[in-house]
Amino acid sequence: MFRATLLAAALAAAFPTYAQSDLDALRAELKALQTAYEARIAALEARIQQAESPPLAAPVTAPVAAATPQADSRPARAGFNPDISLILQGRYARLDAIDERHISGFLPAGHAHGTPRGFSLDHTELVLTASIDPYFNGYFNLALFDDEVEIEEAWFQTSSLGQGVTVKGGRFLSGLGYQNAQHPHAWDFADNSLMYRALFGESYGNDGVQLKWVAPTALFMEIGAEAGRGADFPGNDRNRNGAGSATLFGHLGGDVGASHSWRAGLSYLHTKANDRDGEIEDFNDEHAETLFSGKSRTWVADLVWKWAPDGNAHARNFKFAAEYFRRTERGSLECEDNRADGGACDGTTDAYRSRQSGYYAQGIYQFMPRWRTGYRYDRLDPGTVNFGANSAFLPLSDHKPERHSLMLDYSPSEFSRLRLQYSKDQSMASQNEDQWFVQYIHSLGAHGAHRF
Amino acid sequence: MKHILIACLLWLPLAAHAALNVFACEPEWGALVREIGGASVKVYTATTALQDPHRIEARPSLIAQMRRADLVVCSGADLEAGWLPLLLREAGNARVQPGRPGYFEATRFVTLLEKPATLDRAQGDVHAAGNPHIHTDPRNIARVGAALAARMSELDPAGASAYQVQWQAFSARWNAAIAGWQARAAPLKNLPVVVHHKSFSYLLAWLGMVEVATLEPRPGIEPSAAHLGRIAAQLQTTPARAVLRAAYHSPRSADWLAQRSGIPALALPYTVGGNARAGDLFGLFDDTLDQLLKAVP
Repeated sequence: MFRATLLAAALAAAFPTYAQSDLDALRAELKALQTAYEARIAALEARIQQAESPPLAAPVTAPVAAATPQADSRPARAGFNPDISLILQGRYARLDAIDERHISGFLPAGHAHGTPRGFSLDHTELVLTASIDPYFNGYFNLALFDDEVEIEEAWFQTSSLGQGVTVKGGRFLSGLGYQNAQHPHAWDFADNSLMYRALFGESYGNDGVQLKWVAPTALFMEIGAEAGRGADFPGNDRNRNGAGSATLFGHLGGDVGASHSWRAGLSYLHTKANDRDGEIEDFNDEHAETLFSGKSRTWVADLVWKWAPDGNAHARNFKFAAEYFRRTERGSLECEDNRADGGACDGTTDAYRSRQSGYYAQGIYQFMPRWRTGYRYDRLDPGTVNFGANSAFLPLSDHKPERHSLMLDYSPSEFSRLRLQYSKDQSMASQNEDQWFVQYIHSLGAHGAHRF
Repeated sequence: MKHILIACLLWLPLAAHAALNVFACEPEWGALVREIGGASVKVYTATTALQDPHRIEARPSLIAQMRRADLVVCSGADLEAGWLPLLLREAGNARVQPGRPGYFEATRFVTLLEKPATLDRAQGDVHAAGNPHIHTDPRNIARVGAALAARMSELDPAGASAYQVQWQAFSARWNAAIAGWQARAAPLKNLPVVVHHKSFSYLLAWLGMVEVATLEPRPGIEPSAAHLGRIAAQLQTTPARAVLRAAYHSPRSADWLAQRSGIPALALPYTVGGNARAGDLFGLFDDTLDQLLKAVP
């Protein structure tokens, strides 16, 4: 139809002086042309359809006519576009009005995006991934906020080294622990575990390289090492040529029968900080700025165990995950002079030492298709903190932060999820807060990966 | 340095004689590799007939097996989209990366049905390349088998003659069996059936059966009560003779509809290991046809 109109327009432009009768003749001719074309197109479509569907009702013909392999030519993906997916997340939160949320007894970890009350948008995440060439894969994850765009991950990974070795380079979430490499949309709860909040704010990312090796054994064994800039909490950016942080991790895993599978791991993170900011309330209940310089060492042990009847997770399945950490920091702490605001600190710098620990344990049960419920218990131990001479200005906390969370989620399909969560939060010494969350997580575009 | 080179050269032919380690994503391909490779291949099958191949997680045990594989045999066409790419990425095994001889996608060797005209997730978890459940038509198994035998010969030249002999023997038995199944299946022609998921499209196309409804309102979406109600009403006017589900599908929906409509619900094995009789590829189709024929008076 479109072609006929174009042709008419072209002819009209080419022969502007034609008389009316000639035009009529032309129109008739065009009409004939058009019908002829339409018939031919219809015939072609029918032939294509026939070619695409194999002979439907020809059961008693010779079995496989030609069992010769066809050329392995059809591309798995049309074009060279990377797989793109967009994660939409948002929530409603019913929380107490608390100005400065923190975890009692722990220096605040950077990279927290606040906890707004009422309706709000969480991270919106854009993910692009593809093979770069026969040697590398690439991955890109952008987190979008109102006033901030953050490259959460942007890395390449080798695919052709073989022998179980992969090298990853760029910005990536560290392989330490279990939850660390998960983005918030993959969490089983609407908010982060207290452990990860205290350790890293959200999770530990790094600009650097990762070397990983999987052993050629039936039992899953992998070990990995990372070196990087170390700009994220508990380290900070120190403007130097060498690596600012080092991570080592090892994992073991396997199946027990068809219904059970597990993975356990141990990780170690070593990093340094130079004048790392922190905020703490001093003896006068005033905000005091602290600057920490020194070494930070973190150990994380993790265990995941999953169950599904016959390994078929469709109807019912259960997942247990627990992680434990221990962190020691050693160095010096300066408490900036805040006497002008009525504070207690006078700018003293003195030795600082801390040894802190904590864990979370959670169980998620899918009791019928689409519906899951879960419980999480968080507990931290402020352990021993020694402020040195600054202990004259800074109080120690003996409150053990604790939280119980209960969630129910409903996933209409693999690509959408709605969640209701209740938490009883005692992460701050003076608070006993009832928190309610209603959350949605939707994923558009490419099919997500089913991580263990 | 020279010694290392010599050592490598001496070691290489030894490696070539070693049995092929095959990672099969689904039981049907594991069984086919065994038919072709016999005792000289070691096959690890990543899923069982009781597991939904769409919904597998990249478990540590699978990464470990992927790491050791010389050949990965999967359906492809996005059936394993959620887990296979992750396994390939995590295992660090260069031999089996897409594009290498060690990576074999069965759907590349047959013509796929139900290729969607438009790609929109409002249509459910549709597969862009078409329906990936190709093995429910035994003729497709023969097509894939020929390509697989060639690939195994390419990867393991020392075993090539054995693979070809075993493939020819299997192929002859298989073609004879297909002729037998087709003769037996004559009464199934134009038989209207309801299916749980579009897992049997190739089986139905092969035998000339007619799918009148699917229990899943859209591919990958759990059957809802409302949708089942609509199908029950639809069956009043256009009756079906059986409800088909795969062994890994929950029986609830199929049983409910069967009871409501007074037709049998058949738990077809779907793949090797789906029930006691479906111990190998021949048993799979013997049992499938027996069950279907029982539904025809």
